[in-house]
Amino acid sequence: MSDVTLAELCIFACSEAFRGNGEIVATGVGPVPRLAASLAKLTHAPELMMTDGEAYLVEQPVPLGPRGYDDRKAAGYLPFSRFFDAAVWSGRRHAMVTPTQIDRFGQINLSQLGGTHRQPKTQMLGVRGFPGNTIYHPNSFFFPSHTTRVFVGGDVDMVSGVGYNPAKRVPGGNYSAVDLRRIVTNLCVMDFGGPDHAVRVISLHPGVTFAQVQEATGFELIDAVAGETALPDAEALEIVARLDPHGIRASVIKDNPPARRTA
Amino acid sequence: MMLDKRMTPAEIVGQLKDGMTIGIGGWGPRRKPMALVREILRSDLKDLTVVAYGGADVGMLCAAGKVRKLVFAFVSLDAIPLEPWFRKSREAGQIEVLELDEGMFQWGLKAAAFGLPFLPTRVGLGTDLATLGGLKTVQSPYADGEVLIAMPALKLDAALLHVNRSDWRGNVHIFGPDAYYDEWFARAAAKTYVSCEELVDRMEDHYADQAQHNIVERAFISGVTHLPCGAHPSSMPPAYGWDMKAFKAYTDAAKDPGDWNAVKDRFVGASEADYLATFGGKEAVAALPLPIF
Repeated sequence: MSDVTLAELCIFACSEAFRGNGEIVATGVGPVPRLAASLAKLTHAPELMMTDGEAYLVEQPVPLGPRGYDDRKAAGYLPFSRFFDAAVWSGRRHAMVTPTQIDRFGQINLSQLGGTHRQPKTQMLGVRGFPGNTIYHPNSFFFPSHTTRVFVGGDVDMVSGVGYNPAKRVPGGNYSAVDLRRIVTNLCVMDFGGPDHAVRVISLHPGVTFAQVQEATGFELIDAVAGETALPDAEALEIVARLDPHGIRASVIKDNPPARRTA
Repeated sequence: MMLDKRMTPAEIVGQLKDGMTIGIGGWGPRRKPMALVREILRSDLKDLTVVAYGGADVGMLCAAGKVRKLVFAFVSLDAIPLEPWFRKSREAGQIEVLELDEGMFQWGLKAAAFGLPFLPTRVGLGTDLATLGGLKTVQSPYADGEVLIAMPALKLDAALLHVNRSDWRGNVHIFGPDAYYDEWFARAAAKTYVSCEELVDRMEDHYADQAQHNIVERAFISGVTHLPCGAHPSSMPPAYGWDMKAFKAYTDAAKDPGDWNAVKDRFVGASEADYLATFGGKEAVAALPLPIF
């Protein structure tokens, strides 16, 4: 398995986040999360629901990149016009996304960096659906570049998604569905399993040390490393190759390195 | 006598006034009433509050200085994630904003449609949205006592939609895989104006078997205008896909020359005919492939 790439390792690790989720909509935004959700559905979690990326529910995940417009096989229908009623506000969804920033509370930012709300230094997408996603259903994250610019010290510049920050919780609100699951990066796998949901490192990718992860993180991490992140098996690699016939996964992590980091 | 709501694009824009709150249907780079937006860009209208799931409609109106305030959850061209002219406008501090979650946004349209001052939601709690947007909370009067955000009604003076087909009376048909929240823009607005790819006199005489595509009732439609290719450069399934080449040129122009006045002739044109000619005419638009997600 010496030719397994780090992107493929991450896809395999991300797919674990969707294990045992039940009959919910799995949404992976971006190539690695999307391949991960698709891989989960085709292996250990056939009960997952997912869309073709547009408006139809499919039982056979659609591959990434150029393909025939009508080659999806729709089994159901979930357009944006039904999405909040059916998937988000019912809690029947698990999304894996890549925000621009995340902090020690799991608060995420996709909206703006620096400056003020009236005049941001850098305007990004806007909060999109993050506020609703994070208060209603489980969420996980994938970051292709684990740095202190992403894993910030202090709070994110604009809190676009709910985290576990007690200071942000309006008293009397219902936060029972806030459920941040996994963080997969190019270095490691983390969860929110520490005291008061503190972020823990639970596995290191081959050749990565905890110190390296801590160095790339703007807040203190808990070392709960149980071992090396598992390499994808032959079946998983075959499925991923089939779902990504144009090799888009090779462009996700800088220089498309192998799964095992060399010093 | 038969209701006839046909208008010219100029007559529609003539109904809009400075300072109005205008909702724009579609989603990002998908099924936007771009020809009507271009008609606004050819007019003297100003100080608008724009309410949209934004794409190039928002980018262009910001670039042209038409927007006083923007109500948005995102502005994006999908394959080009960051809308360049919107970004430029924001980073220059030129517009006031109310930033909302995508779901809250449609909730606000529904509150307006039902004539309610607000609708309660959990969405926004635990984030910066409430503080930045001045959103208030309400407490459930029942035993649970839950505290919720009161999402204010997004009342629109006018809404603009682009539809696949309409008749003279405003019986509209929308095709494509997703109608987004167009029906709620229409119901939230005092007046809704639609442009269409195909215009017929009496829907029932031509397409009686397709009435399920009538996503909003004609009582909510005040004016209809025939503008084939009216969504270009956004997508209009099944008629045509988005024009990524045009979006790319529009994006590049935000950097070089970076001045809207220098490029607006190209992206707006003196007339719709001029505009379409720049991009290869109706045949070229009809040939644009549908986007793959």
